[in-house]
Amino acid sequence: MNTAEKGVVRFDNVGLRYGTDGEVLSNIAFTLYPGRFYFLTGASGAGKTSLLKLLYLAQRPSRGGISMFGSDVITLPRESLPAFRRRIGVVFQDFRLVEHLSAFDNIALPLRVSGVREADIHQPVTDMLDWVGLSHRAEARPATLSGGEQQRVAIARAVIGRPELLVADEPTGNVDPEMALKLLRLFEALNRLGTTVVVATHDVHLLRKVPDSLIMRIDKGKLSDPTGALRYPPRREFAEIPS
Amino acid sequence: MNRPPALARAIERGLDPFRGKHASHLLPKTRLGGPIPWVIAIMVALTVLTAGGGLALDNLANRARADLSGGVTVQIVEADPRLRTVQADRAADLLRAAPGVASLRRVPESELEALVEPWLGSGLDEEIVPLPALIDVRLDGPATPAAIGRLRAALAGAAAEARIDAQSDWLGPVFDTVSALRLMSFGLIALLAFTGAAAVWLAARNALNANRDTIEIVHLLGGDDAQIARIFQRSVMVDAAVGGVCGLVLGGAAIALLGAQFAALESGMVARGGLAPADWLLLALVPLAMIGIALLTARMTVMASLRRML
Ligand SMILES: Nc1ncnc2c1ncn2[C@@H]1O[C@H](COP(=O)(O)OP(=O)(O)OP(=O)(O)O)[C@@H](O)[C@H]1O
Ligand SMILES: [Mg+2]
Repeated sequence: MNTAEKGVVRFDNVGLRYGTDGEVLSNIAFTLYPGRFYFLTGASGAGKTSLLKLLYLAQRPSRGGISMFGSDVITLPRESLPAFRRRIGVVFQDFRLVEHLSAFDNIALPLRVSGVREADIHQPVTDMLDWVGLSHRAEARPATLSGGEQQRVAIARAVIGRPELLVADEPTGNVDPEMALKLLRLFEALNRLGTTVVVATHDVHLLRKVPDSLIMRIDKGKLSDPTGALRYPPRREFAEIPS
Repeated sequence: MNRPPALARAIERGLDPFRGKHASHLLPKTRLGGPIPWVIAIMVALTVLTAGGGLALDNLANRARADLSGGVTVQIVEADPRLRTVQADRAADLLRAAPGVASLRRVPESELEALVEPWLGSGLDEEIVPLPALIDVRLDGPATPAAIGRLRAALAGAAAEARIDAQSDWLGPVFDTVSALRLMSFGLIALLAFTGAAAVWLAARNALNANRDTIEIVHLLGGDDAQIARIFQRSVMVDAAVGGVCGLVLGGAAIALLGAQFAALESGMVARGGLAPADWLLLALVPLAMIGIALLTARMTVMASLRRML
């Protein structure tokens, strides 16, 4: 099987429960194919963030199998997970910026974690700050940035390392529609470079802005597939997008 | 639509994702904060002081023991000076021939007078305070009771009144005290090391709690455990190093001061209890050990908390 068939990510019958409560996610099965742009929608509390946490390896499922980049990440030893995380860019729903680092250093963090030389860090980070319109705030601490500005720093940090998989949890929740569109273009540009993108959102208007996107819908912990995103080859039917 | 410049550059580079071998610093240097460096400084100072005292006592005891172990003093107590000299000469001849005697020396009267002068004044009147004649005997082995018995047998004819003492006997109680003090200093050092480790452990916990978010973020961005541990090792290391050096300077200064004061007493025995260069080196190891403990504790604390994350 080649990578295209295997997919970048594959979930098999995955279930997740927190503590002893009932399952927050049950029987999740899907494959994400390389170079595709996915939206994950669903009501608040449906389990979007929970599903993304499994995707960015912050959480182990209670049952089922997950493989990423061709390896079974459930049976993988802990020590080999960081290498996988470095291939994934994450925009957290609550940003998770390091509060005592400037916007610049926050964006540079993934590069430093990957061991990029200081000399090779300055230019890309400066460019990225420029792109998200925060050049003038490069030295600002997150606490002094507005919600939207923090979100842009979080997005810049997620994409700077050119991840193979980008996972974004409500990445446009705090910005105006114009900026939302601009950020979406950033994701698209990355997508065109080959990054598989997963964006969780409950903004249905956003879904229509990316022409070739596929839509996964999650409802009370169960995945439905309104656009056939999860079939292979993926199929998209605009008419079925829920509103 | 304009493409983000960083991505454009990535294309030029041939789509290679960023990667490199150099482990750059993830976080800016942590500032020195809180009471931890001071706690460590005090710990190190006390440890250095205790260890210094213990070593000095040890040196003193060893040197005294080496000096005295084969030493025997023979005293001829006789009020009549002429008779005393005759007896002492005879005793010296007999002792020289006795088995086990390596060398001997008649302690000259002038030396004895000098010895008692501080207490009894000069120009001593022989009639009133007769001084004994002293013979300093050095045996070729330790001054055991058997060896002293042999000397006594050898002297039996010549000077029955002679008193024979192993020199180390006089200092027996001193040696006992010294070894008790040494034991105590070992105990103290163990306690201090334990407390120091506990202080460092608290420091590591502190750093961990203050930076839990950062740890989690770096962890999720793909930082491995060793990288994250290094961040905290560095911050604890700075605390421990500053504390350790301050403590060494404080403790060393205290020892040097005490040493100088003891030396000023000009008491032969105490002055000989000084520290050799090797001892100072040993004391310099105290802060190093503290830094080692600090690094180890910091690492263990961070690793334990990281293992709870996926
Ligand atoms: N750490 C946790 N411990 C216990 N329950 C949790 C935890 N995280 C989420 N949940 C529960 O799991 C369910 C799904 O939460 P999740 O955050 O995945 O929803 P979501 O779809 O991201 O919602 P939103 O759109 O509001 O962000 C919710 O009922 C939530 O209460
Ligand atoms: Mg959520």
